[in-house]
Order: sequence, then structure tokens, then C-alpha cells
Amino acid sequence: MDDVAIIGVGLHPFGRFPGTSAIEMGAKAARSALADAGITWKDVQFAFAGSYEVDNPDAVVNYLGLTGLPFTDVYNGCATAASALSQAANTIRLGEYDIGMAMGMDKHLPGAFAADPVQYGVPSWYGETGLFLTPKFFAMKIQRYMYDFDITPPTLARVAAKNYRNGARNPNAFRRQELSEEAILQSPMVNDPLTQYMFCSPNEGAAAVVLCRAEIAHRFTAAPIYLKASVVRTRRLGAFEVHSPWVPPERADSPTVDASRAAYEIAGLGPEDVDVVQLQDTDAGAEVIHMAENGFCKDGEQEALLSAGGTEIGGSLPINTDGGLISNGEPIGASGLRQIHELVLQLRRASGDRQVPGTPRVGYSQLYGAPGTAGVAIVST
Amino acid sequence: MKPQRCVAQGLFEWPSDEPTVSGSRCDSCSFVTFPAQDACPRCGAVATTPIQLARTGTLWTWTRQRFQPKNPPYIGTEPASEFQPYGVGFIELPEGRIEARIAGDIDQELRIGMPMELTVVPFATDADGTEVLTYAFRPIES
Ligand SMILES: [Zn+2]
Repeated sequence: MDDVAIIGVGLHPFGRFPGTSAIEMGAKAARSALADAGITWKDVQFAFAGSYEVDNPDAVVNYLGLTGLPFTDVYNGCATAASALSQAANTIRLGEYDIGMAMGMDKHLPGAFAADPVQYGVPSWYGETGLFLTPKFFAMKIQRYMYDFDITPPTLARVAAKNYRNGARNPNAFRRQELSEEAILQSPMVNDPLTQYMFCSPNEGAAAVVLCRAEIAHRFTAAPIYLKASVVRTRRLGAFEVHSPWVPPERADSPTVDASRAAYEIAGLGPEDVDVVQLQDTDAGAEVIHMAENGFCKDGEQEALLSAGGTEIGGSLPINTDGGLISNGEPIGASGLRQIHELVLQLRRASGDRQVPGTPRVGYSQLYGAPGTAGVAIVST
Repeated sequence: MKPQRCVAQGLFEWPSDEPTVSGSRCDSCSFVTFPAQDACPRCGAVATTPIQLARTGTLWTWTRQRFQPKNPPYIGTEPASEFQPYGVGFIELPEGRIEARIAGDIDQELRIGMPMELTVVPFATDADGTEVLTYAFRPIES
């Protein structure tokens, strides 16, 4: 049964915007989502907002209107936006409210994230000795994956080149320059086997989604998109995770695998039903691994799938049609709602130059990040 | 010889010709953790016993840290132009896989599965000239 619908999506472009605060970007994204839904801020009965840099993103009401609505701030690492979306959907399912908003906003300094490891449950020495870094975790994960499943560096470059190519067609993207596979492979090595242009960058931006109880969605749009599932999971003992100096001999699947299986089950759908996909491509290797972790191929099949162009916009399994994180960057609070924004445009067949062919019916998005948290959402027409 | 200190008390046993890294074992379910902690992440018990982990293992995965981490939390204070990249890996020990710096030349060949042994290396210098030491693993010469 469809219980929650998405009736509006909005985005503030991702990039760098000197002089514009995260909260101002959030307000712009929210206004754009309201306009898309054909409602006003006064119609919004509750909201959730996610941010890493802003302690109280609910201050966006200073720009949108002090209507007194219940407004809750969430932060959940790279799955912050997925958490805002899940909480908003669940609030509608509780039956108290009909219309709500999930939004996310962030404004990061350039360069890799720096934080206090103690706040992540690992000791100070882990940061003091130069180990508290996310890029090198992703590098070590894909290094082992390439060894286990015969994935080669050109496949990593194909992923990045595709995402830059898709981003070049997306007016809201951050890096809109196409890059050849050779230029990507030849760019400076950052964390072997990942080169500079295989990584996304923390940057700035905002995104917002208007949700409503499914029964009333047709009041606002002739073509609502239904949120079939929205799931967040954290790491289990034995998973190989970021910011963890120890992995026991016992093995467990990643939280992405757990979130993915739960989302498919709730949605009553499988990977074979999905027409357009958004995956967490913190780096090119992450997209490769996440293809398998989300059930879209078996481990090792990425090599052939990528070389046949299978994940291009016109391919059998279009992935990161808006350029993904590699092309858009990662304002943490907004990143997952950017994914939903893109899926909704694709399912409405409103994606312009980057529209996938045919009549896509099911969209899938996945987030993953520190300290081992994943979010998966499935949407459908 | 410059004065030296360990980066954290209790992280590894030193000075020693054969240094070892400290962990803990759960008194209830025998689960081993590194670093040592007083609660078990498998069963939740709050009674653990300190142990010393094996000194040798094999390389499970690796990378090279080629950009200077931000200070803080990193305590290296060298100018960016003098930053020395370092290897990082997970070493598979009988008790589990441990993350560590990889000692040795940055361009040395690293292969998954190669035998590794524990060592202690200086990696930073305090304002008063004291060298700061941490544990690391290095390939065992064949
Ligand atoms: Zn235990």
C-alpha cells in the first residue's frame, strides 16, 4: 500500500557560494520545493532538516516564515538526508499530519573532513597519528575489492568519467567539465588506487522534498511519486567500516546491504524492477562496490558492465544520472535529498538532456558514510 | 638521542626489542577488541582483560596517505612541502584485522597477503623536540 507521496522537490545548486549561508541555501531549496508542489510554507505542518555544519538548520524559518510548526533537526553522518526523509515519512505514517518537508543544507570548507575522533568513539591517537581520514578507508576498501574480484583501475576511471559526463548535462552540478578516462587515471594519486579526479569534494548546497499522505497527493499533482521505502541501518559487528581501527575475524555484510535488503522487502520490489539508480560515489570505487551491495550485479560483474556502458544514461542500469557526488560534491545534509530530487525528475520524465530513455517507473537511492551508516530509499510512479 | 614518547599510554608495550600492541578480551564471550576497551561490542559485557596481540600477520589491504592530514587532529606540524607520505594498511592477525601505518619507504612494493611484523616508528615531533612514536607494521624481509 502506498502511504506517503512526494509532491514537490527543490534544490539550491551544489558548488561554492561565498556570501551565501547554508540556511539561505536551505530557504531557496525549500521555496523551490514548495513552488513545485504548488503550496506555501503555511501549508507545511511539520519539517525535518539535516546539516553537518549548522547546529540548528530549523532557523530557516527566519526566511520561510515563523509559523510555529514542529521542526526537528537531524544529523546522521552521510546518511543525514536519508534520516530526515525517513523521519518525515514516518511522521506522516503516524497519522497526525498530512503534509511535511524534509530538507538538508550544508556549507563545508574545501578539503577532506577534519573532526575529533573521540566524537566518533575512537581514541585521540587515531587522529593524532594520521589515521582518522575517510578517503584512505575508501581506498583500502576498493583495494581489497579489486584484489578479490578482479576489478581494474580503468573501471574506476570509467565510473568517474561517466559521472563527470552526466554532471556536464546538469545545470545544478558543481563540476560540469567532462574528463577523459585517461585524464582521470593520470591525475595525482591521492590514496592508492584512487586518484584526485576519482573523489568527490565536500562543498555547499541544499535540497528539499515535500511529502504528503498518499491519499491526498492528487490534490497537488496528477503524477505523484510514491516513497515505497526509506530505511537507515548502521554497521554490524564484523563489517569493514570507516573510522574503525579493528575488524574481528567474523564477517558481516555492510550496512548498505542490510538497508538495501530491508528496503526491497518493504517496497515489495527487487533490483530487477529498478529503472534509475543513485549510489553513494564518495569515490569511483565506492560506486563500483555499491552496485553489488545494492543487488544490481554480482561482485566482479562491474568490470564487464562498465566496459559495455551499462551504467550510462542510455544503458540497462543508469547510475548517478545527475553526476552523483563526484560531479555534485557532498554537502552532507543535502546529498541524499539531491538524490531524491534527481529520481523524482527522472520518473516525471523532466530531466532534460540527461533523461533516461523509456518510461522509468522505479528509482533507487543509497547513501553511505561515517561512522558506518547507510540509507536506502525506493521511489516509484 | 632525542627524547621520545609514545603517542598514547597503553597503546603498545615499549621500549622493547619485540614491541606488542595492547588489546582486550571479553571475560564473557572471549571477543577481542583493539584498542583495549572495558565493554564488549559483541555481547555488551563490561568485564574485559588486557591482552597483547600477535606481532606478525599478513597484509589484508593497503593504501598510501599522500596528502597531509589536517592538524588537528593530526599532530604532525611539518610544512606541507616537507610532508612525508606514509603507507596505511589492515594487517590480518590471528585475533582480527588491525589498522596501522606501514613502516618503510613509501615506494616499497606492497602486496595483499605479504607477511608483516610489528615495529615502532617516530612520526611527529613535539614543540620541545620530543619525538612521538606510534606502532606500525613493516614487510618481513624474505
Ligand atoms: Zn563479549
